[in-house]
Amino acid sequence: MNFFERLRGERHSAQTAKDRLQLVLVHDRADLPPGKLEALKDDLIATLSRHIEIDVRKVSISLTQDRHQQRLVADIPLAPSRARRRGVG
Amino acid sequence: MTARVATITSGKGGVGKTTATANLGVALASAGFRVVCIDGDIGLRNLDVVMGLENRIVYDLVDIIEGRCKLRQALIKDKRLSDLYLIPAAQTRDKTAVSPQDMIRVAKDLKPDFDWVLIDSPAGIERGFRNAVAPADLVLIVTNPEVSAVRDADRIIGLVEAEEKGPPKLIVNRVKPEMVKRGDMLSTGDILDVLAIELIGVVPEDEIVTVASNQGSPAALDPRSRAGKAFRDIARRMNGEDVPFESLESKDGFFGRISRMVRPGGA
Repeated sequence: MNFFERLRGERHSAQTAKDRLQLVLVHDRADLPPGKLEALKDDLIATLSRHIEIDVRKVSISLTQDRHQQRLVADIPLAPSRARRRGVG
Repeated sequence: MTARVATITSGKGGVGKTTATANLGVALASAGFRVVCIDGDIGLRNLDVVMGLENRIVYDLVDIIEGRCKLRQALIKDKRLSDLYLIPAAQTRDKTAVSPQDMIRVAKDLKPDFDWVLIDSPAGIERGFRNAVAPADLVLIVTNPEVSAVRDADRIIGLVEAEEKGPPKLIVNRVKPEMVKRGDMLSTGDILDVLAIELIGVVPEDEIVTVASNQGSPAALDPRSRAGKAFRDIARRMNGEDVPFESLESKDGFFGRISRMVRPGGA
């Protein structure tokens, strides 16, 4: 958001359109709608949790695109180490 | 003469495919090329009224395909331009009356007598679209600066590439430069950032287009029309001319420069 937009207390709708377009296209091209991605996230959390304790609330998974390469990007923070050690010990 | 076949398509309806086809036909014929426009929207015939030739129809595309007339008999000569012809769609049939092979055969039969065969595709991605694209040497995708239209264009780009038709080219239609300038309409640059496609034309919104379609006399015939000029430029690019793009929507006004300086990284 730039100075003038902030001054008017709004965001240019063309930028909103572009952001929405980029998001919808990345899902269209991968044939993976947002709802399916959420289901994938839940499965991933369940699988990983069997092996390591993760901070479930902070898991994020998204599709990105740079040039022709599409990427599934997952950010999976582990649970705080003290808690983990307690869990193990 | 061996015509090149250009199909005008979009995915989304109502973005201006038929208007673009009529105007490119007029622009190419005005430049001295022999042109035939085919209405590929079987059951929803419209190119005839946009070109102002609705009163001259005797035979249509399906009559040719089913052998009820000779190809020549279904060619309707334009009122104004001696090198422009129309093959209308059938009005009382549907898309299944035509197959991709039929379209390839009709295009092949037309090629020796023309420089350009333009095919106006129906909206959608089904049979009618596949029919229209089957004989194409060049696919022109029409879109509007709106999320829905650009999204559909992306889908069509994928389908055209899957058909191995060579890279399609993009026409951005109905651009309102004032709205782009104040940041309330996607710019051509925004659209090209998200679509992997080469641009062939930017057509401004122009009231003359509406008046022209009321009268059945495409805007490309009117030297005052900005949209007409844009279509004439596209016709020249189709023939390999290097025509610079006019900056309809330049952000380089005073405000544009200032706001870009203020905004770090343009994000």
